Amino acid sequence: MKQAVPAGELKPPVTHIGIIGWAKTNLFDGVFNSILTLVTLFFLWKVVPPLFRWAFLDSAWHTTGQACREAAGACWSIISINYRFILFGFYPYEEQWRPLLAMLILFGLLFYSRNREHWKKSLAYAWIIGLFTMGLLMTGGILGLPPVESTQWGGLPLTLLLAVFGLTAAYPLGVMLALGRRSRMTGVKVLCVLYIELIRGVPLISLLFMSSIIFPLFLPEGVTFNKILRAQVAIILFTAAYIAEVIRGGLQGMARGQYEAAESMGLNYYQTMRLVILPQALKIVIPPTVSILISAFKDTSLVVIIALFDLLKTTQSVLSNPEWMGFSREAYVFVAILYFLGCFSMSNYSRRLEKELSKGD
Amino acid sequence: MKGFQETASSEKTPFWLDPRKRAILFQLMTFAVVGLLAYYLTSNTLINLKKQSIATGFGFLQKESAFEIGESLIPYSAANTYARALLVGALNTIKVAFIGVVITIILGAIIGVARLSTNWLLSKLAAIYIEVMQDIPILLQLFFWYAIFYETLPSPREAISPGAGIFLSNRGVAFTVPQAHPAHLYMFLALMSGCVMVYLIRRWARKRQERTGKIFPTFRVGIAIIFGLPFLTWLAFGAPLGMNVPKLGGFNFEGGLTVSPEFIALLLGLVLYTAAFVAEVVRAGIQSVSKGQREAAMSIGLRPVPVLNLVILPQALRVIVPPLTSQMLNLTKNSSLAVAIGYPDFVSVANTTINQTGQSIEGVAIIMTVYLFFSLSTSAFMNWYNKRVALVER
Repeated sequence: MKQAVPAGELKPPVTHIGIIGWAKTNLFDGVFNSILTLVTLFFLWKVVPPLFRWAFLDSAWHTTGQACREAAGACWSIISINYRFILFGFYPYEEQWRPLLAMLILFGLLFYSRNREHWKKSLAYAWIIGLFTMGLLMTGGILGLPPVESTQWGGLPLTLLLAVFGLTAAYPLGVMLALGRRSRMTGVKVLCVLYIELIRGVPLISLLFMSSIIFPLFLPEGVTFNKILRAQVAIILFTAAYIAEVIRGGLQGMARGQYEAAESMGLNYYQTMRLVILPQALKIVIPPTVSILISAFKDTSLVVIIALFDLLKTTQSVLSNPEWMGFSREAYVFVAILYFLGCFSMSNYSRRLEKELSKGD
Repeated sequence: MKGFQETASSEKTPFWLDPRKRAILFQLMTFAVVGLLAYYLTSNTLINLKKQSIATGFGFLQKESAFEIGESLIPYSAANTYARALLVGALNTIKVAFIGVVITIILGAIIGVARLSTNWLLSKLAAIYIEVMQDIPILLQLFFWYAIFYETLPSPREAISPGAGIFLSNRGVAFTVPQAHPAHLYMFLALMSGCVMVYLIRRWARKRQERTGKIFPTFRVGIAIIFGLPFLTWLAFGAPLGMNVPKLGGFNFEGGLTVSPEFIALLLGLVLYTAAFVAEVVRAGIQSVSKGQREAAMSIGLRPVPVLNLVILPQALRVIVPPLTSQMLNLTKNSSLAVAIGYPDFVSVANTTINQTGQSIEGVAIIMTVYLFFSLSTSAFMNWYNKRVALVER
């Protein structure tokens, strides 16, 4: 009896597996790609090490502005010394735990709302209570909290406030505008189209100018709004037009049969919209709505131009201090990182949601 | 019988239950609310204006502006009218928007293609670029580039020269340009007539191809005409080679072409920011063309360039053009942020005008009208183009 001798297991050639194989297929696949990889690597080698050196090795982390000027690298001291002012602006120093707590509530709510299984009626109530508590914490005046004028609000809380309230108020307005634009009533349709196209055709900054210089003229004498509220109104009016267009896309994506089925069941217009069309249409447009949220968040930085002390403006006023003059790069990089973290987590979430939503189909 | 039925039905449905009448009523109510709101705001405004004794109307446009503008495409001085100052601002906006749009499309297309590259390193770098740039507010980016110019670059005396004839300093970038010569005008005319000729040749070649099937090398001939004609004109004028090199005089460069730091910071910020969005648009457009299209084109024997030109691009462009248009409009609208870094664009000049004259309503109205005009004319052009490339179904 001859025993079958197992042949030695033949491994694939070294050049096809592991790191070498991966590099061969992804980086050095042909002459052109190899040249491209080498050029890119050369570029990275030229840029990354000096940048790393500047940011981490030669940098000053917690010194005075004077010491910073002698350091060869980045001056992160401008952040570590002034972070309280950059983040909270002119909010009274001892009371800064209040905006911090308000922001933590907001982040907590946002984090909890990430999961779609939590989207119930109770969540809506939680948001209403949460927003109310945040407002209370910011203004104070009761429960022994000293009142803080809104003119003293600033920094990151102001940025978040403008973005969150802007979107919350703009959303229902946007839904109404979108429905109006799709309406069979010519008069209503014309008004909505005019509004949407007018707002989308002009830059946000012109609306902010309007809010800061013309708005006071619109009101009867003696009635004044504070500057933050006026800017907030401009942001709401602006964002609503963009939301309306996104929702219109969702409404157009609805099959005709949905309308007809609802009508044949005897539902009237409001019932059709509330029970059949909007729940489906709004679900389709969640991902583009998140990108509107991202741009609304970024656009709040424009209030710098009408001299509101948002995150960017507090940073600039630190930079105008003679001790810290000339360290704009470090300060702006820090603010950019904050904005990046906010926007990146939102866009990441939107992509995840898109995947989840398309799974059901 | 008929009359009876009509009365019966009108008795059955009171007007608030008749959808048609109800629609009219609802619209009347909407108009009434909007009208009342408008009336309320206008009357308040008029009262307030009277109290502050501000004259309304556009008469101020004819007054002397009494402010200088840093850079201008047309002759302008403080003695000119506000109207001319606004025109200078509008031209500055058009300048930065036009140059910005051209560079953005090129850069965006390159990054979008790099994102789709099979080269892992390049594709990941492009992805990082797109994500980072999209997630940082444009205004912050403008401030950043402006600060780089102001804080990092040396004074003109110690200007850095990265290439021959280019000088980088905190006063901007000075370029060497050819000495002004009458030949340049004729070269420009030659270029223009070359473009017209190429257009006509293309039409003729297409017609001939449809008739006879013969292919004319339009691309090569076109390149030859567009570059050759100006070159021949240049030779005909004796090939003038004089160069206008920027020289240090006093505190800044004299001669050559100096571009202000404000302009460069604005252009850089707008281009780098918008290119990230354009790259995403381009990527989505190319990915929207299914693989089978390329394979089908290859299998009927087309070579790679015709595959791209005749099969892939026409279909990808259809997807790319509408979002690309809105990105270009975004760039134009974002150029209004120039006011924050001191580039004299339209909004910046209008803002100065408002501050000097107090004519805030007229000023903001002018800003809005001009941007609406930019937006609507661009989207009209793009709609026309979109119709041309749109899918023609049976």
